[in-house]
Amino acid sequence: MIGIVEKRELGEVTNEVRLEIAAVSDNESFARMAVAAFITPLNPTLEELSDVKTAVSEAVTNAVIHGYENRGDRSDKILLTCILRGDVLEVEISDRGVGMEDVDAAMTPLYTTRPDMDRSGMGFAFMEAFMDDLEVRSEPGCGTSVKMCKKIGVNPWIGSED
Amino acid sequence: MEDFKVINDYLMIRLPEEIDHHGSAAISSKADRYILSGRVENVVFDFERTTFMDSSGIGIILGRYRKVACFGGKVYAVNADSRIRRILLMSGLERIVEIMDTKKKCGEVEQ
Repeated sequence: MIGIVEKRELGEVTNEVRLEIAAVSDNESFARMAVAAFITPLNPTLEELSDVKTAVSEAVTNAVIHGYENRGDRSDKILLTCILRGDVLEVEISDRGVGMEDVDAAMTPLYTTRPDMDRSGMGFAFMEAFMDDLEVRSEPGCGTSVKMCKKIGVNPWIGSED
Repeated sequence: MEDFKVINDYLMIRLPEEIDHHGSAAISSKADRYILSGRVENVVFDFERTTFMDSSGIGIILGRYRKVACFGGKVYAVNADSRIRRILLMSGLERIVEIMDTKKKCGEVEQ
């Protein structure tokens, strides 16, 4: 499912947006729409838009539910950084929440610490599948940062899968 | 926002336009009230209006499946567009949920 992305030199930054949002569930839809709006000038396909929105939604939801333990406190903040390097989107979602001991376990499909909340454990699997590149850094007690990249406007092959 | 309807022993859930964590708890708990009342045996998720879903939707379906499956009930997904369908398939839900194309087919099951 995960495409092989050519390793390439990082291009020059052509656009950048930084947003600080309160870690409440209302902002999950705001975050994914903001990123969707950010890449609109690149003429993404519906497929690509949907991929990016889903991946962002997963990362922000993780920050709200796990990073900040779903307490819904508006003083908890999520930092959303979007960078364009030509036609490559780089999006970073970071929180200063509880962090994770074992990132590899968290990234295992179906693994969840909150089955009580009906979480499916598919969040990282979706981020990995829908974006070209995923990098997760986490420190217990300090927070978590998820960085994802995706080349936009060149993915007709995704639609023909499955 | 989402519509709930009982037809025979089927609970039909018309899902909202966007399914994410924000609204998922409300859908799940409302569905569970119907399931636990004993009036319904099977659950049909209708994606006709839905244009966005993340893994929260998978959680809603899995959670309801666990509740109805122990009484021999079934779970169906209808009217899912290609993007929603991809998310359902990627999660392996086709093994426990019958994914159907149209309402018409869904009606055939009901009779």
